[in-house]
Amino acid sequence: MSTVSMTVNGEAVCGEVESRTLLVQFLRENLGLTGTHVGCDTSQCGACVIHVNGKSVKSCTMLAIQADGADVTTIEGLANEAGLHPMQQAFMDNHGLQCGFCTPGMVMSALDIVNRNGHELDESTVRKELEGNICRCTGYHNIVKAVQAGAKAMGGS
Amino acid sequence: MNENGIGASVRRKEDQRFLIGKGNYTDDINVAGQTHAVFVRSPHAHAEIKGIDCSGALAAPGVVAVLTGDDLAADGIGPLICGVTVTSDDGEPHRAPAHPALAQGKVNYVGDHVAIVIAETRAQARDAAELVDVDYNVLPAVIDTGSAADSGQQQIHEVAPDNVCYNWPFGDKDGVEAAFAGAHKVSKLDLVNNRMVTNPMEPRAALGEYNPGTDEITLHLTTQNPHVHRLVLSAFNQLAPEHKLRVVGPDVGGGFGAKIFVYAEELVVGWACRKIKRPVKWNGDRTEAFLADAHGRDHVSTAEMAMDENGKFLAMRVQTQANLGAYLSTFSTMVPSYLYAFLLAGQYSTPLIYSEVKAVFTNTAPVDACRGAGRPEATYLVERLVDICAADMGLDPAEIRRRNFIPVDAFPYQTPVVQCYDSGDYPAALDKAMELADYSGFSARAEEAKSRGKLRGIGLSSYVEACGIAPSAAVGQLGAGVGLWESAQVRFNPTGNVQVFTGTHSHGQGHETTFAQLVCDQLGVPIENIEVIHGDTAKTQFGMGTYGSRSLAVGGVAIARACDKLIAKGKKIAAHALEAAEGDIEFADGNFSVAGTDKAMNIAEVAFTAYVPHSYPEGVEPGFDENAFFDPTNFSFPAGTHICEVEVDPDTGVVEVVKYSAVDDFGRLINPMIVEGQVHGGIAHGVGQALLEGCSYDSEGQLITASYMDYAMPRADNLPSFDIDYAPTNPPDNPLGVKGCGEAGAIGAPPAVINAISNALGVRHIDMPATPETVWRAAQQAAAVSA
Repeated sequence: MSTVSMTVNGEAVCGEVESRTLLVQFLRENLGLTGTHVGCDTSQCGACVIHVNGKSVKSCTMLAIQADGADVTTIEGLANEAGLHPMQQAFMDNHGLQCGFCTPGMVMSALDIVNRNGHELDESTVRKELEGNICRCTGYHNIVKAVQAGAKAMGGS
Repeated sequence: MNENGIGASVRRKEDQRFLIGKGNYTDDINVAGQTHAVFVRSPHAHAEIKGIDCSGALAAPGVVAVLTGDDLAADGIGPLICGVTVTSDDGEPHRAPAHPALAQGKVNYVGDHVAIVIAETRAQARDAAELVDVDYNVLPAVIDTGSAADSGQQQIHEVAPDNVCYNWPFGDKDGVEAAFAGAHKVSKLDLVNNRMVTNPMEPRAALGEYNPGTDEITLHLTTQNPHVHRLVLSAFNQLAPEHKLRVVGPDVGGGFGAKIFVYAEELVVGWACRKIKRPVKWNGDRTEAFLADAHGRDHVSTAEMAMDENGKFLAMRVQTQANLGAYLSTFSTMVPSYLYAFLLAGQYSTPLIYSEVKAVFTNTAPVDACRGAGRPEATYLVERLVDICAADMGLDPAEIRRRNFIPVDAFPYQTPVVQCYDSGDYPAALDKAMELADYSGFSARAEEAKSRGKLRGIGLSSYVEACGIAPSAAVGQLGAGVGLWESAQVRFNPTGNVQVFTGTHSHGQGHETTFAQLVCDQLGVPIENIEVIHGDTAKTQFGMGTYGSRSLAVGGVAIARACDKLIAKGKKIAAHALEAAEGDIEFADGNFSVAGTDKAMNIAEVAFTAYVPHSYPEGVEPGFDENAFFDPTNFSFPAGTHICEVEVDPDTGVVEVVKYSAVDDFGRLINPMIVEGQVHGGIAHGVGQALLEGCSYDSEGQLITASYMDYAMPRADNLPSFDIDYAPTNPPDNPLGVKGCGEAGAIGAPPAVINAISNALGVRHIDMPATPETVWRAAQQAAAVSA
């Protein structure tokens, strides 16, 4: 077992992990942050996307010990007392979620898309950038709209 | 209109928790003392088990127990069941091989359950599962659907000679043959409906807890129907009596049919937690979902249509061989029979239809309902065949459909295949879809595409489905072991807010919002004061769950009926309080008022009075809480026309869906935003089947599409945005005027896409999934023929 320490959603945390423990397991099982989901075993579905040091990462593809000292943001770290993050709000307003299972990963990926591509996103950019996040419910139509609307709202805030 | 009532696109009440990471899915739930389970699965498609040595696994670190089929049998835990009987052509019921939850002497598909390993951590269970030593005698495997019943094939189950589950002829064979003999033209098509893996994004999971103090088992499951799970596990599997078994379907991350069924893992986890006296959690991974979730579709068919000189359909004849996999899943037998053959009329007035379905066993995962269940298979066959008919008659695909549509004035329309369609205006949906798709402008777009070296094609699909499953008497006659009514309880609390208990289950459909809208509209209670509760057998009355687009059409009506009872009771209470005759009390917008006066009482005040009945009408019970059960008299019949436009790159075979237009008749819409989302998702599922998704086993029964690396799920960049509109009619059999919308897209889309690709390539047919390789080969062949 090794000890890992990191900052998760602004709070310093530490824990004992096996060297094979995945970052997503550490978040879900050690920290109880169950908003980050696991939908596949091959880093394809994107339900586990979080941010590590400001960049999107599939947390099923990173060992917890690799994140030692990192600054991690999960879906639980976005909303505050003032309400939902503009991207979360855009998903609600545009019906960009149904069963909700892929949603945390979608939102975290969407934020990374905005970080890299700015606030005016055309449809084809969003579709191409979402290639690593699978949704079975929505047909993506409303997710694409939500990401565009969320990006715009973030620019205006 | 009530701003949050029927017809309003109210933002979903359930979204908040999902968006902030506070959903509560089965794998999110952890309990004190919990152990972790991993299943040992067969690596062979067909083998005898000569012995299982668990000693190595039992000695591994952290292992609590290793249990096999012998342990299960010793405890009298029964085999998994199939709940619908189909009578075979010899007059006998379908052949039903035993389906033990852990293998007893034999495995029949890769992924079949052999043992459960339970340890302190999941990693330990996984490591120990590798140490379970199973001695297999490998047998030849039967994989291919079309040849599974051929003579000389390996026999899978003793009770099913020639691997046949049933032969099921249906319809007027002699009449059809006579019509074919006298026909002006016969069109014929051989086609395959490709096998799919349903793939809700949340893998299946189970958490079992046993309380020795109460002798009660609580099972958290990824289920679409907690009460059905409890009933089957209790009555047929002897897990525990119903009153000592609680099944909870918490937040469930999509179902699409795959979470209807009672699975081996669920029964075994429920049994094991009592056996080891500790909670047991199993969380399936995606590979296990591919291996052991029930799959969908998998038909091989021949379809023929007899026509007169005007392209009028005289008779249709269908032969289908359907793969049910290694064992019968919970509702498997009804999918290629009642849910399929009864929809073969489609939207057409074809007077004579005859079908023969042969359902076969193979050494593959069980096959059962997947979004649409039988109806996509029927629609694909009919709508592909109609395009072939159009080509053979030299008619535009829209024109041949128009000539054969059931006329608007013929509803309710009795088809020759059992179903009596409630309402429909098929030409209206076609017209609107053609307008939405700019059908008349297609040839110009095709010319322009040609100048860029692309082949552009357009395809129509006019589908009808039977939803709102369903009238209990009808399904009982067909051999279903259950009634299919739905239940509701609408409970006012003394302070005037409302809890709605439904027997349906929401796993993405937005019932917490749609059902709250119904109650808000009918009772005039603010929507924020209404909570919809589902998915827990300890909270809700018995109900049948969610599948077959039934929740609103059946469960919604039950809610409305409970509200009717509350209003009727409220009138008595208000009449007493307002010192008026009951007949003079009117109810509107949440207020009981005395007609012609300004005397009124809000429904919240009535509720309070009912719970604090100090001054109360004689003979009326206290409390403001009503139950209702609704059993419909007919299915509902959503219908519509979908039009797909594609561009094919003949050099690469890549197909781009450039435009997709859908016009549907779902009756009345309660929340148009949610309905539109359901249509989008269904279309994506259907486009996935048509272009991308093909579940594939090799000849030895190894699943070669067992991950998202190998099985192509539709992704955002495979799809366009969709153009959606409606052409509603009013179904007379449904008190809410609703029809159901959850499966429409998955039913309408596959033939629309394949018709478009066939049109682009100028070929008669191309099988699904139309992958770049398949399309490229077809394009090369078509070019060679025309050269």
